[in-house]
Amino acid sequence: MKINENLAISDNGFLFNPTTGESYTVNPIGAEIIEMLKSGETQERIISRLLDMYDTDKKTLEKDLHDFSDILKQYQLLSEDE
Amino acid sequence: MEKKQYERPHIIKLEAGMPGKFGMRSESLPVTHIDGVSVKELTTNFGSPLFVLSERTIRSVYRKALKSFSTRYPKVQFAWSYKTNYLTAVCKIYHQEGSWAEVVSGFEYDKAIANGVDPARIIFNGPGKSADDLRKAANGGSLIHIDHLDELYTLTDLAGELPRKPLVAIRVNMDTGIYPMWDRFGFNYENGQAWDAINKIMMAGKLELVGLHTHIGTFILSAGAYGVAAGKLADLALGIRQKFGHDIRYIDMGGGFASKNTLKGSYLPGSDTNPTFDDYAEAITSALVNSGFRPDNLPLLILETGRALIDEAGYIISTVIANKRLSSGRRATIIDAGVNLLFTSFWYQHPITPAQGFSQYREDNTLYGPLCMNIDCIRESANLPLLNKGDRIVIHYTGAYNLTQWMQFITLRPNVVLIDEDSKPHVVRENEMLSTINGPEKTPPHLA
Ligand SMILES: Cc1ncc(COP(=O)(O)O)c(C=O)c1O
Repeated sequence: MKINENLAISDNGFLFNPTTGESYTVNPIGAEIIEMLKSGETQERIISRLLDMYDTDKKTLEKDLHDFSDILKQYQLLSEDE
Repeated sequence: MEKKQYERPHIIKLEAGMPGKFGMRSESLPVTHIDGVSVKELTTNFGSPLFVLSERTIRSVYRKALKSFSTRYPKVQFAWSYKTNYLTAVCKIYHQEGSWAEVVSGFEYDKAIANGVDPARIIFNGPGKSADDLRKAANGGSLIHIDHLDELYTLTDLAGELPRKPLVAIRVNMDTGIYPMWDRFGFNYENGQAWDAINKIMMAGKLELVGLHTHIGTFILSAGAYGVAAGKLADLALGIRQKFGHDIRYIDMGGGFASKNTLKGSYLPGSDTNPTFDDYAEAITSALVNSGFRPDNLPLLILETGRALIDEAGYIISTVIANKRLSSGRRATIIDAGVNLLFTSFWYQHPITPAQGFSQYREDNTLYGPLCMNIDCIRESANLPLLNKGDRIVIHYTGAYNLTQWMQFITLRPNVVLIDEDSKPHVVRENEMLSTINGPEKTPPHLA
């Protein structure tokens, strides 16, 4: 998966896509995921890092990450690998 | 290192035009306690979904309504509309507060008697009274509100065999300027049916005409319509006095005041915009006081208010079963309370709040109940925090009609808890079990 690398996220969760001029709000864990995607982390790594940080379980994370990625794709912030 | 509390990742596009014309409506302030009892404790002890009723709210709303009327008019009597909520505990609170009973079937009549209501303080409305119902009510000296001519004739015939003259009123329907006009119950004012019925009662002399009744509709958002209706009933009463030298004892304005709920499709929340008890009271009492009654001979004003008295006192606590996305990308949340319990979600956008703290992030949701039926949608759109499986929510203003029109459909009905004025919860109706449903069934021998 490939994230749009120009995305700018502010500390308070305001996300700006300079390519389209569109803005978003994202919650802290969402921002962390986007940062991890930008630095090229794999899905596996992202899940294991989040598991260290948050009080939750793997199944929930997998499901929610999948859902989050779908929405990022819908917003055209994330694309499938070519 | 301590782990952080988990919240689902969430992102939402900021759209031009949002927030809407009236700003963002937030239903998101969590309601973690009801009358001092924690939602968590309630579901732990009594299960989920759970109906919760607040005795404190029932009493305070009743007193507020009574005050609105009794500060404007000398003789006011409420009669609790049983069909709105006939749980025994609920009826008994209203009766303790001084309410009479308003019933619309033989079953409800028997329930009022079993609740210890003096038969002389039972108003019997409705188009479906049987001859037995009429006999029972007449013998008890209850107030029988005649709906149609067939009933009038039946009761007139019965009167001959009864030890006492039945006490009756007629139900009158009329044009009060609102749409739709309810004309299927009672006798019409404008076309002379009402006068025709009055003449028949007065001429035959078998029945004692003690009152005039109307119920102009339900969830009436125009207080002025009640002023028109009260004026028309006052006209009839004064006409009866003039023509027959007979004073009726009461004018019964029925129910129909809007509760704080928001009708589906409304722009603004009902709690901000619907008329108040003071608005309705002002319209009704000024029409009566300004009509031709002598000040020392005003009729008793009866009110059969249902939903506006009890909606606010009812809550449903429900638990998130799952969340998913619809094909459009829209968030859908499945909760364990469906339209089988929340009949009124067909009419209202019930306010819904989370029962635990959340971050400021929220999303638009469609809320579905647990039934495997397409109709089972509690809210087409609700802006809620990011709910996870197992989270609890509180659905508000559910006290009216749901505990009488609920359906035993697909699932069993849950516990109903009343929280008393000392914040002590009491189960007032136990959850159903398989035996509740199977009990009355009979299996023919060849299928046993
Ligand atoms: C005769 C009569 N009285 C009172 C009521 C109570 O109405 P509401 O709950 O709208 O106040 C009804 C309900 O339809 C009714 O039919």
